[in-house]
Amino acid sequence: MNVALQSCRHCGEPVTAMSPAAPDFCCAGCAGAFELLGEMGLTSYYNRRAIDPKVRALRPDEDEIASFDFTELASTDTDGHHHLNLMVDGIHCAACVWLIETLLQRNSAVLQARVNMTTRRLRLSWQGHVSDIEDIIRPVMQMGYRLIPFDPAALEQATTSRNKELLRCLAVAGFAAGNVMLLSVSVWAGYFQGMGGATRDLFHWISALISLPAAAYAGLPFYRSALGAIRNRRVNMDVPISLGVILALGMSLAQTIRGEPHAYFDSAITLLFFLLIGRYLDGRARGQARSAAEHLLSLNARSIAVIEPDGTRRLIAPQKATPGMIVLAAAGERIGIDGKVIDGQSDVDTSIITGESIPVLTRPGTTVFAGTTNISAPLRIEVTATGGNTLLSEIVRLMENAEQGRARYVAIADRVAKAYAPVVHTLSLATFIGWWLIGGIGWQDALMNAIAVLIITCPCALALAVPVVQVIATGRLLRAGILVKSATALERLTKITGIIFDKTGTLTTGKPELVGEPQQDKLMLAAGMAANSNHPLSRALVRAAGNVTPQTNVTEQAGLGLMMQGPAGPIRLGSRAFCDVAENADVPSDITGPELWLSEPGIAPTRFVFRDTMRSDAPEVIDTLRTRGFEMTLLSGDRESTVRQLAETLGITNWMARMSPTEKANHIQARADRGNHDLMVGDGINDAPALAAAHASMSPATAAEISQNAADIVFQGDRLGAVIEAIDVARKADRLVRQNFALSFAYNVITIPLAVSGFVTPLFAAIAMSSSSLIVIANALRLHAKSGKSDGVGIKPATTLSQQAGI
Amino acid sequence: MSNLLLLIPIALFLGLLGLGAFLWSLRSGQFDDMEGAANRILFDDDDVTPPGNSKKFHQGDS
Repeated sequence: MNVALQSCRHCGEPVTAMSPAAPDFCCAGCAGAFELLGEMGLTSYYNRRAIDPKVRALRPDEDEIASFDFTELASTDTDGHHHLNLMVDGIHCAACVWLIETLLQRNSAVLQARVNMTTRRLRLSWQGHVSDIEDIIRPVMQMGYRLIPFDPAALEQATTSRNKELLRCLAVAGFAAGNVMLLSVSVWAGYFQGMGGATRDLFHWISALISLPAAAYAGLPFYRSALGAIRNRRVNMDVPISLGVILALGMSLAQTIRGEPHAYFDSAITLLFFLLIGRYLDGRARGQARSAAEHLLSLNARSIAVIEPDGTRRLIAPQKATPGMIVLAAAGERIGIDGKVIDGQSDVDTSIITGESIPVLTRPGTTVFAGTTNISAPLRIEVTATGGNTLLSEIVRLMENAEQGRARYVAIADRVAKAYAPVVHTLSLATFIGWWLIGGIGWQDALMNAIAVLIITCPCALALAVPVVQVIATGRLLRAGILVKSATALERLTKITGIIFDKTGTLTTGKPELVGEPQQDKLMLAAGMAANSNHPLSRALVRAAGNVTPQTNVTEQAGLGLMMQGPAGPIRLGSRAFCDVAENADVPSDITGPELWLSEPGIAPTRFVFRDTMRSDAPEVIDTLRTRGFEMTLLSGDRESTVRQLAETLGITNWMARMSPTEKANHIQARADRGNHDLMVGDGINDAPALAAAHASMSPATAAEISQNAADIVFQGDRLGAVIEAIDVARKADRLVRQNFALSFAYNVITIPLAVSGFVTPLFAAIAMSSSSLIVIANALRLHAKSGKSDGVGIKPATTLSQQAGI
Repeated sequence: MSNLLLLIPIALFLGLLGLGAFLWSLRSGQFDDMEGAANRILFDDDDVTPPGNSKKFHQGDS
């Protein structure tokens, strides 16, 4: 094995000097995992795997084990076998799949364990007792994988079954198209080699026999959508498609019955085949983005720990809490319910709700909200509100109001169809009337020409113009860690003129960082004490100090600070009051933010100031966006001084502080009423209504669940450059869609006169249709080519594409 | 002409067979995890059982 001394033999993360299991392992958990694999004879895992830097490192997390009630979602069938679906976090490569399955199958109770590598879900069946599950999955958890139970019924949305239907239709259409084309090519060859009329008619009959039932089945998705549109008195792209296919088949059947030489069975069925390919790929690309987004969301899902009257602890889903229940929120844990603190004193990070970056001190009597994070000490909380009374459901109501505006957006393909369908249908009617009344030929022949116009204009290229580009654009963004959830998100993104940012967690990382340069010896002492605490400020101190030796004998006083016995008396690290610093102590006024004090006996106390730092690329991204002419606004719920500081650093002149969720949404609504199209980028629960109100919206993958649901696009990683990347790809995609429309119209301009004048033969229709479709697809592929070598081989680091985007 | 009468039904039958096989594999979930299927073929199954056990098994067998 070739592992450098500095990286952990299990998880591959760097080993620090203070690691308890140095030099081979970064932590006791990793050492344990390595030992367990050795005992089971599975060390070949380490030779097979390839660590993916984008996936969370496989570092076992002690308190993660048994943080869910796994039996709740397990189902039991009549044979006494239990089944459970689990999300797996931490799969790096195929070796991980192998390891998880092997670990589980070693347990004799396990009947089946299969990991789906695409969706990262595990289906587990076992016999014996339901509660054995915790023993069964423990080895997997000890390896560092996280397993989160989920309800497949809640996740398997209509999209999955719709995509399966499209694939079935695609198979049927493909089969029919192949066979009919075989016969048609023979007939076309027969034009020149003198095929007998009887053979030709036989071939036409066989074609009819194949394509009529096939088109009846494979065309269903189009017929349904077209009927739905007509019922609502609208026109979409499926109306001309359905009409074209049905008329082409009907006319061909009539031709066959009459023994005429021209039939269009191949055109009709190939049209369906091509369109289904586009639809299927489009649906699949969005399905992948959605399933990735769902995966991220369920990783955030947490159970809440309820304290029963008899003192026992029970884990339940947050939805099952009722008012009056007592819930325990451990330090570092997200609070799952709205309630009132009845016991304990701690700091609570409320930034996700208020945008406030400084943790709020909570003590008995303080109200806390679901979504906030308890930082320093355990809290007992009495549930006060559930269901429709929580802050969250209030936000949902605001969102629903805000969303109505966006529902009116009509996709570009449907706008084109709306203009296109009447023109084509009028043209066809004019051809019929022209030939019959003015041209003086029989009504049957006039009808043939009229239908030929419909077939030749049947919007194969037109209907492929959007989905093909969408597939490639969505796929390209997906590889860069940007998940496009909404079908029209990219179209809407091209229309934006202004960008509105939230502050905490969006422009900033939401993680405090030490500012200024304190004395090195004080910093080392403070960091040594802080290494014993989980408080975000303590962690920031340790990060700033670099290599620290943890001090021993440090005690933590929740909500106050840390204390240690020094040679000359107690040394304290904590809040101003804890360190006995007077409220009016001399403090440089230009630096504001959360602070820690270090007091040693007989020495003047040292102050450490922290600031919520910007995302590393925020200044460049803001600069780039400004030079491109976007109007930038900063809306935050945080206090004015902090917002002003950040706005000035980034050069955003338009900023507002202390905004409530309603004010944010109203601000965007007001701008929209004035004709602005805004992109909202936000992550907090307080941003959700604004995300829903904006013309387009993005949120980072660290955002609150409700915001990720409201956003059109979710981006992963620490870089804000995803915003530029998304806008760039959306614009390129828009350009290609417009070019594709232009190409299809150009093709129609050439072929329609031929069709109107009655010169079109089935061979000509087939060549024209295939070539125009291929041109449109080839044009769309240029979006792919421009992104360089991203041909889907392997997984690229999330930054590469943003770098290519010129950030 | 007579060979056409034989060949066309055969071609259609074979095509339908393929279509049926595809629809069956789709229904039985073989298209649910394309990425996993591509990698699974590379797994070695020989060391799934601990090496000690398999040796004993072979000796007892012979």
